Amino acid sequence: MRLSISILFLFVSIGLSAQETLPSISLKDLNGKTVNTANLAQDGKPTLICFWATWCSPCKKELNNYLDLYEEWQAETGVKIIAVSIDDQRSVLRVAPYVSSVMWPYEILLDSNKQFAQALGVNNVPHTFLVDGTGKIIWQHNNYAEGDEAEVHEQLLKLKH
Amino acid sequence: MNRMKKILILSTLLGFSFGVQAQGDPKKPGQLHGNFQFLSQQYSEDSLIGATVPPATTAINGFGNLMYTQGGFSAGMRFETYNNAIQGFSAQNRYKGTGIGNRYIQYQDSIFNVTIGNFYEQFGNGLTLRTYWEPNLGIDNALDGARLIITPKKGITLKGIYGRQRLEFDSKIINADGIIRGSDAEFNLNSIFKSLAEKQTHLTLGASFVSRYQSGETRFEDSLVFLTPNNVSNSAVRFQLNRKALALSAEYAQKINDPSADNAYLYRKGKAFFLNASYSGSGFGINAAVKYIDNMSFRADRNLKLFDVPTNYLPSITKQHTHNLAATLYPYATPLTGEVSFMGEVFYTFKKGTKLGGKYGTQLSVNFAAANGLDTTRLTGIEAYTDGYEINSLKFGPTKYVRDFNLEVKKKLNKKFSAAFTYYYFEFNTLVTPVTNDFKGIVYANIEVVELNYKFTPKDNLHLEFQGLQTDQDKGDWATVVAEFSHSPHWSVALIDQYNYGNSTEEKRVHYLFGTVGYINGSQRITLGYGKRREGVFCIGGVCRAVPATNGFELMYTASF
Repeated sequence: MRLSISILFLFVSIGLSAQETLPSISLKDLNGKTVNTANLAQDGKPTLICFWATWCSPCKKELNNYLDLYEEWQAETGVKIIAVSIDDQRSVLRVAPYVSSVMWPYEILLDSNKQFAQALGVNNVPHTFLVDGTGKIIWQHNNYAEGDEAEVHEQLLKLKH
Repeated sequence: MNRMKKILILSTLLGFSFGVQAQGDPKKPGQLHGNFQFLSQQYSEDSLIGATVPPATTAINGFGNLMYTQGGFSAGMRFETYNNAIQGFSAQNRYKGTGIGNRYIQYQDSIFNVTIGNFYEQFGNGLTLRTYWEPNLGIDNALDGARLIITPKKGITLKGIYGRQRLEFDSKIINADGIIRGSDAEFNLNSIFKSLAEKQTHLTLGASFVSRYQSGETRFEDSLVFLTPNNVSNSAVRFQLNRKALALSAEYAQKINDPSADNAYLYRKGKAFFLNASYSGSGFGINAAVKYIDNMSFRADRNLKLFDVPTNYLPSITKQHTHNLAATLYPYATPLTGEVSFMGEVFYTFKKGTKLGGKYGTQLSVNFAAANGLDTTRLTGIEAYTDGYEINSLKFGPTKYVRDFNLEVKKKLNKKFSAAFTYYYFEFNTLVTPVTNDFKGIVYANIEVVELNYKFTPKDNLHLEFQGLQTDQDKGDWATVVAEFSHSPHWSVALIDQYNYGNSTEEKRVHYLFGTVGYINGSQRITLGYGKRREGVFCIGGVCRAVPATNGFELMYTASF
């Protein structure tokens, strides 16, 4: 037990001076190509990373609601949305046909064994992260309720100023 | 001795992390990520629904993950606590006490990625190997050992793993008996060959090999003597092909003789084949799959069953449903002995401005899945103990396992109001997937769900669900009402009432009423619940756990940082 406490303190003390950036995990895109998550942030512009799954209704509601605002957000702030699916082997092959049917223009990544989700401490979906133009995670939100897009927009505007 | 060992580990860790930090790239500062979750329940007795009270009257499950990364170095650990584990969390009582349930160190550069300690890994579609963590379901079959991933060239990934799988937590990690060794190679041809980089056809090829060592045993049955093998291998080949809107993928796996508790200690080989095709056009998508599984259960210990140390993953062919009645009364899981199955699905969006699309568009999805047992003939004599049965054809066998048809229409009517309708039809064999003790045979069920969503203000939303299930079998008819009010971004209040009005036993026509209040702040969420939960099945992703009936309070907290 003493060992655990010591290690905890070690991590926390190093962590206090640490900056939150994206961890480096290899994910696949819909074509089977590997993408390194450490390079997901846009240079100089914000990136919204949304964890979702085809079996998660609030997740789909969130990303469908962002769709109506995406063009406006992009024009205003240059934001890019990356939708990371945590669908496992049971449902991961439903991702591409579903995404095309709802015409999401987002970049889609597959995190079938939740390695990226776990590296970011995601417990449940939906979970949304806002990364600024320097690659720093500046805001996150767990869960989605109608109207949460107003807070996302507010955070995006804060980055602009 | 033990203390010396601890000090040694600690100083190594200290040295390693500080060392790496000293040499680290100043442009890549260290980062700390982690999360917490706990769920605490208080139990009251309710003999009508079968809710019992454990002697301690309360229970808690909790964990906290801490992951530190700096440059290529990372280390992490998870603290877990179960005092005691919540009711029904683990039928085999695999979760007890407080301590470290996961720890690892890892280093990666552009070519090598090495991990010592616990790790989660999946080869291909998981037919040979999948270790994962699903804390809400009580699944953690993490490997504990070493992993090396080599990327010698863009598009080539080689993996090697060696370790034992986590079986139990008793204030510390307790691993299963078997040693798992494996390797996987994957080649993305478009990344490897420059001449293919701009082609519209993308091809990925892969192969994996996993082997378990567990000391062989001698078994006696009906005056016969059986020896179980020390080493059992499971290997697979796969591809994924994408061309424009078309995607095709397949995997074939074969396991050598692996007499186990799952297959009644038969010596026959295991086989699995799965093929998926999809087409993704603008505004629509089609997906179809076929699957054939024969004797493919593969665990780190041949004598264990159910949730204990699965080494591979056999996902269910049916869609993961989300509406309460459809998701928790009759969820299908792939029987480990085998099945023949197929699935077809269409997604379509009626575009904005069309007759059926209206002002905002209309989303439609139709899905059908079917699974039967294998077409086999039982063998006799000594072969009854070795191969057990022979395959007559690759067609559907006579035993129906599941039929699952569902149709969903979603429509936004105006800026404030949206609605959805879902219809399900199930034929569900409860002898094969034992989700109920009240009925053994095929349940025929119709389910209808109407969802209404009304936005009072941009931040205030009311979500209503009316669900009905009609069946002449099992517990009879059900009605469920869900009402959820949310005030973005912080508050939500929800009430669910499940009413078993059609139960053939009059006193079992009970209302299961459960209410929750939730507060969310960024990545933190706290939820307080009170009421009755019925006995049922709780699923996430492709895996389900049976939960007992409970009555009482529940407090859940979750946070990430």
